[in-house]
Amino acid sequence: MSHPIPPGTRDVLPDEMLELRELTEGLSTTFREAGYGEVWTPAVEYEATLRAGDESGAGAGYRLFDEQGEVLALRSDMTIPIARVVATRLGEAEPPLRLCYFAHAYRAAERRTAELREFLQGGIELIGLPGAEGEAEVIALIEDSLDRAGLRRHRVGVGDGTLFARLLDEAGVPEEARHELIGLLSARDLVGLERRVEALGLSAASCERLVRVPSLRGGAEVLDSAGEATDDLRELHELLAERGIADRVIFDLGLVRSLSYYTGPVFEVYDPAVGFALGGGGRYDDLIGRFGRALPACGIALDVGRVHLAQAAEERLA
Amino acid sequence: MSPALTVAVPRGALFAEALDLLDRLEIDTADVRGNDRKLWFADAGIVTVRPSDVPTYVEHGAAELGITGKDVLAEQADADVYELLDLGFGYCRMVVAARENEDSLGESLRRLGRVRIATKYPRTATAWFARTGRQAEVVEVKGSVELAPLCGLADGIVDLTATGRTLVENGLEIVEEIAPSTARLVANPVAHKLKADAIDELVARIRGLA
Repeated sequence: MSHPIPPGTRDVLPDEMLELRELTEGLSTTFREAGYGEVWTPAVEYEATLRAGDESGAGAGYRLFDEQGEVLALRSDMTIPIARVVATRLGEAEPPLRLCYFAHAYRAAERRTAELREFLQGGIELIGLPGAEGEAEVIALIEDSLDRAGLRRHRVGVGDGTLFARLLDEAGVPEEARHELIGLLSARDLVGLERRVEALGLSAASCERLVRVPSLRGGAEVLDSAGEATDDLRELHELLAERGIADRVIFDLGLVRSLSYYTGPVFEVYDPAVGFALGGGGRYDDLIGRFGRALPACGIALDVGRVHLAQAAEERLA
Repeated sequence: MSPALTVAVPRGALFAEALDLLDRLEIDTADVRGNDRKLWFADAGIVTVRPSDVPTYVEHGAAELGITGKDVLAEQADADVYELLDLGFGYCRMVVAARENEDSLGESLRRLGRVRIATKYPRTATAWFARTGRQAEVVEVKGSVELAPLCGLADGIVDLTATGRTLVENGLEIVEEIAPSTARLVANPVAHKLKADAIDELVARIRGLA
C-alpha cells in the first residue's frame, strides 16, 4: 500500500540526517563565530507581509486562510521575515545587525533541477552596513563557511541587479521594449537578446554594448571593459582583494536574480561538481524601509540540501 | 587528458551537421561516427543523447554544452540552460497542418468552439492556440502525428517540418506557421561562469567559422 508525500517534499532518514546536522552545525558555528546571531521566525506569515517585500509574494506557493479569514502564506524565503523583524522587534537595536538563520522555506517549484517545494535555507543578513564593505563581509563569510563544509572549488558569482537597467537607460531604449529585453536576459536567451537589440535601430555602439556587457564573466578585467557602469563592483573587488579572496569571486555582468527587492550587487554560489547554484543573495537597501525602518542591508542564503549534494559530489571526485 | 568541455550532441536530424561543426572546431569525431551504439566518448568530450534530452543533460551539468534545436528549447522553456548561439543549420518550421482543401480547424471552431490538435509538442501547441485566442484540446502522441487527422483523432496537428514532404504524402497541408527553428548552442548556467574562458573561446571560434 502506498502512502505518497506531496511532490517536492522529502523524508530524511538517520544516515543522511547525521550528515545534514554536521553540515548545518558547521555552518552555524562559522556564522556565530563571525558575530551573527541566529533568529527564528514563523513558517507562516500574513500574505500581505510577503507582498510588502516583493510584489509577487517572493514566489510563495502555498496559501491558506485562518479562522478570521486572513490570508496566510508559507514563507518563501527568510529575507522578508527578517526585514519585518528588524523593523519591528529590533526597531531600537543599534546597527549594524548581524543575523543568521536555518529554516525551511516553501515555494511552488518552477524549474526542474533538484527543485524542492520545501527546502532548508541557511543564510546570513548584514543590516546597516552599506555598500561594498557590507557585501565583502557576507561574501567572505559564505566562502569561509563553505571551506569549513569541505568544499574546495566553490566560487561566488557577483553581478549587479541594476546594471542592465542602467545600460538600457544609457542606450535610450524605449520603455515598451525594456521589459522584453530584461526577460530575455533573465532567461539568458542571448540569441534572442542580440536579435531584439539589433531590431531596435540604436547606434551600432549602443547595440554592441547592450549585447557585450551582459555576456562578460571573469575577474576584475571584465569590470574595466564595462567602464564606469561597474564602479560599485570595482570597489567591492578592491575590498575582496584586501581580504585575499578576489580570486574566489567571478564577476558576471549578466547575472539577474528574480526577486524584485534587490537594489545593487547580487550573488550566486557555485561548485563545479553540481550544475546548479547552491545559493544566492544580494543587496536590498529599500526592503527594511518598507516595514518602517530605513536601513541598507545585504545577505546570502545557501540551500543546505544542495550544499550537501556538492559535498558528496566533491568527495566522489576526490 | 580529458577535454575541457563536454558537449551533448543529439542523435537525430541534427547529428551529422553537429559532428561536421565539431570537426571544423578540431574536435575529433571519428570515434563517434564509427560507433553508433556507444554513447559516451570521453576522449573527445562528447555524449550522444536523444535530441529532446539535450536540455536535461546540460541543465544538470552532465554536459557543459549542448547542441539542440530551437524547437526543443521552446517546448522545454522551463529548462534552465543558456542559449548562446544560433548555429544556422537544421532549419525547419513548427507548423499547424490539417487535411488538404478542408477547413477542418475553422469548421470545428465554428460548430464546437474548439479544435482538437495532436502533437509531440504539447506546450508549443497549447501556447500557440492560447496566443492566437482559440480554444484547443491538445492530444499528445509520441510519433506518426500525421496519422491523427486522417483517422479522426484530431482536426489538425502541430509538428516540425523541414521540406513538408511527409505532410503532402499524407494528404495534409500547412495552414499556419508558428516559428522557424535552427540548431542552437546551449550552456549549463554554472559552467557558463566557472568555465567562462573555455566557453567564450569556443563561441568565438564558431562565430569565426561563419
